[in-house]
Amino acid sequence: MKDRTFSVLRLARPLRAWLQRFAFLSLAGAAIGLMLLARTDSAVLDSARMAVVDAVAPILDLASRPIATVRDTIQGAKEMAALKADNAELQARNQRLMHWQMAARRLEAENLALRELLQLVPDGPETSVTARVVTDAGGPFVRSLVVNAGERDGLRRGQAALTGVGMVGRVANVGLRSARVLLITDMNSRVPVVVGPQRERAVLAGNNSDRPRIEFLRPRVQVNPGDRVVTSGHGGVLPPGLPVGQVETVEKTAIEVEPFVDLHRLEFLRIVDHEMPGLLLVPEADG
Amino acid sequence: MKSTVWQRLDLVARNLLPVSFTILLIMIGMLPIRPPDASAIVPSMALIAVFFWTIYRPDLMPEWAVFLIGLFQDLMAGGLVGLGTLVLLLVQQVVKTQRRTCINAPFLLCWAIFALVVVGAQSVAWLLTCGLHLRLVSPMPGVFEGLLTLAFFPPLAWIFARMQRLLLR
Repeated sequence: MKDRTFSVLRLARPLRAWLQRFAFLSLAGAAIGLMLLARTDSAVLDSARMAVVDAVAPILDLASRPIATVRDTIQGAKEMAALKADNAELQARNQRLMHWQMAARRLEAENLALRELLQLVPDGPETSVTARVVTDAGGPFVRSLVVNAGERDGLRRGQAALTGVGMVGRVANVGLRSARVLLITDMNSRVPVVVGPQRERAVLAGNNSDRPRIEFLRPRVQVNPGDRVVTSGHGGVLPPGLPVGQVETVEKTAIEVEPFVDLHRLEFLRIVDHEMPGLLLVPEADG
Repeated sequence: MKSTVWQRLDLVARNLLPVSFTILLIMIGMLPIRPPDASAIVPSMALIAVFFWTIYRPDLMPEWAVFLIGLFQDLMAGGLVGLGTLVLLLVQQVVKTQRRTCINAPFLLCWAIFALVVVGAQSVAWLLTCGLHLRLVSPMPGVFEGLLTLAFFPPLAWIFARMQRLLLR
């Protein structure tokens, strides 16, 4: 009996030394394994990721509230200083917008009448959830952010995230009470869009810079700086007609788009649920 | 008997401090504290912490702890899981071989060595990102993160050193 424990100990000691020596190798191997697993878009890793974010998001949410208040106060003070100039500019803009409003009302009525004439199938109903941005700092090679709404608030993978100005990105992972939004500037982001007054179909591809690029445009199509880029709704996941940005530079090799939304200062996002019964082409995140 | 249990708990808590404080720092780094116009690049708190503790208290920053810190950071950041973890583990191994030069060196030399480590770490991270996505990614965000990390090293090293003197003995 005594002999046996002795031999076990004798066996265990080199094993422990071996483990210590190879701790680095085994852990590095595990890290590489995780990396390869992450490349295959594994569901297990996705749920692990959202479990961690879910656990930390409420803490970040709580801690970021006073910071947001301080920031808003500073911002408010700055705006007070520019009040008079802003007022004059806004009045002038108001005049211009009144003119546009009249044009829009006329077109809306006309559009409605024409739709009735053609008996066009209406788009599905649209509901939305407003969520606060909890953190927008990922690594240096990621453009994404975390919002404080998740599955229990009705968020699903693939839904579009907007501000009042335009599209920000789409929901990439959903946890119970938080979700990750992949920005349109991230290198993994692809958004089907239409460009310019001719409504040419293309794909807006992020490349981790502030300006995503237009790809898969038909050859010899004329695109000019200032052309509007809006979602096309192709693929049936994003609603059509969401403003994304405008063409900034057109060169032989690349067409760059400036997003309408300033992606560096986001506080609240509207996550749109664009219901298209029977048309959802994106598989649900977890079965 | 009762006091020894408490003493032991106290010791465990103190010894866990380097790792737990690093996790806390990563979370603080994710808060939107920066001015509204700054971009969303934050210094890599984990890199500073792993470098510092590997030099001064390697017993309190073992490999598995570095692995956990890296994993937590990767899972929170939303990038490729495992990439940051691997970089941190590599940094730890490299720093371990240079411990003796750093431990007696004046602060400026230590900072310079840290700069080399940052350059190495960011290069590896960038190369791995490009390799795994099979495309050329702009290295500039990595450069900015590296510079910020370098700038945050002196104050954080000071805090760590005080912590070591007051709590870890």
